[in-house]
Amino acid sequence: MTKRSWLTTSPTAAVLLPILGLIGAIALWWLATIVFSIESYLLPTPGDVVRTLADQPAYLLRETGISFLETIEGFLLAIVIGVPIALLIVRSVILERLVYPLLLMVNAIPKIAVAPLLVVWMGFGQWPKVVMVLLMCFFPIVISTAQGMKSTPAELVELLRSLNASRTQEFFKLRLRYAMPQIFTGLKVAISLAVIGSVIAEFVGATQGLGYVIQQSGASADTALAFAAITLLSIMSIILFYGLVLLEHLFLPWAQETR
Amino acid sequence: MIRLDGVGQVFDGREGRVTALEEIDLHVRPNEFVTLIGRSGCGKSTLLRLIAGLLPPTSGTVTVAGDRVTGPRRDVSFMFQRPALLPWRSVLSNVMLPIEIDSGGTEQRQSRSRAAYRDRAHDLLDLVGLKGFERRLPHELSGGMQQRVSLCRSLIRDPQVMLMDEPFSALDALTRTELSEELQRIKMELATTIVFVTHSIEEAVVLADRVVVLTPRPGRLREIVDIDIPRPRSLGQNAHLTEVAQISGLLHGLLAEKSAADIRPVDEVRP
Repeated sequence: MTKRSWLTTSPTAAVLLPILGLIGAIALWWLATIVFSIESYLLPTPGDVVRTLADQPAYLLRETGISFLETIEGFLLAIVIGVPIALLIVRSVILERLVYPLLLMVNAIPKIAVAPLLVVWMGFGQWPKVVMVLLMCFFPIVISTAQGMKSTPAELVELLRSLNASRTQEFFKLRLRYAMPQIFTGLKVAISLAVIGSVIAEFVGATQGLGYVIQQSGASADTALAFAAITLLSIMSIILFYGLVLLEHLFLPWAQETR
Repeated sequence: MIRLDGVGQVFDGREGRVTALEEIDLHVRPNEFVTLIGRSGCGKSTLLRLIAGLLPPTSGTVTVAGDRVTGPRRDVSFMFQRPALLPWRSVLSNVMLPIEIDSGGTEQRQSRSRAAYRDRAHDLLDLVGLKGFERRLPHELSGGMQQRVSLCRSLIRDPQVMLMDEPFSALDALTRTELSEELQRIKMELATTIVFVTHSIEEAVVLADRVVVLTPRPGRLREIVDIDIPRPRSLGQNAHLTEVAQISGLLHGLLAEKSAADIRPVDEVRP
């Protein structure tokens, strides 16, 4: 084995390398548009995309805000509904057998197939979008929460019993806390799906949001605008994901070391 | 302090009923240090859980301080083989867990204020050499230190009875010797009755006033051996090596006999 190089050990390199990768990819893209002289309505240059972003920042920012709001609302709703359902499943075997196959079935449905139905049921407003996000996020949150709640070590449960702790104390002081890292794993999966959900919903029967922008730009062959919207979506997705990572670091500092 | 009368325990396992314990009569005196030894699977841990009220006996009665045991008691503490610390809690807050559970529950008013218990927790941590580690998280400590925290936690309620289920068995030999010395020291300072399960014969001898030997499957009382070696005892400094070795030899013999029925006396075999 050779000596481990600066590139693998240094924290500065850990930040610089991904940036270098990104710049390299953009450079390749730019090069491809020039070398193969691709028409800009097929593949815009990075410059075109940046220009589009700079030309109408207020408009794009507003649409981003709308998609962001739908994503967050659906995500939070999925937590509010999903976590209690997971707790009920863990509590009762009967309920688990009753509900679990149903959850699997609902999860197996390609969500995009439901999008037109949601419009029929809920109209063109914000609700079908929020519900779509909820549908996307719901399953990973329920599964990870249920798994987390079941993973409490038997010795810790016995410890709390030996201390004469009530059921409520056992739940809040032990089970829920112990499940938190696994719940966070589910949340991190769910947040990326949430962004996808909002875009899918905006493809169908929407008048605003980044998904709508992408659909409209397709109709008018404004590829640069579509790329701009996609860029904004990726940035949003990454910010949401790392927001969760940050929360995890702040509130569960013990989890990185123990698992 | 602790009284077992005709205690038996039967488990319904996958392969039918298993008798874990049978006809156990035992009386542990106040302030006594009793160790329980036996082969693995002889029901030592089960016996401890019966005394703790974590498990109701199938037959017979268990009483602690004159009251029949129906569930976990506040004045009885339990220490496990593994430290069983909550990984998100600091050392201090792990030690305070029993107090926190008391104040949250429907228990009667506490005898001391929270602040007084906090001082007590600091004293206990000091006693086991963990001063300065109060704010650390469990994963930052070694196995021995974690088990010391666990010991402090089981002392915070000033228990009348401490039940210990092979608490040092997962530790390395040196840490083990240290901890058994510390436990003896603590025991001399505090008036508590201790029942200590172990599968190490020497540990049983070094710690105990009396060693209770159990037979395997079903667990019955084989013998109770008094240990009259003066305290503090230690294996580390070779202080009582001969006495410990003598009694250990005796106990080894008791444990090695499978059961009275299986073994014919030696002279019968001779021609």
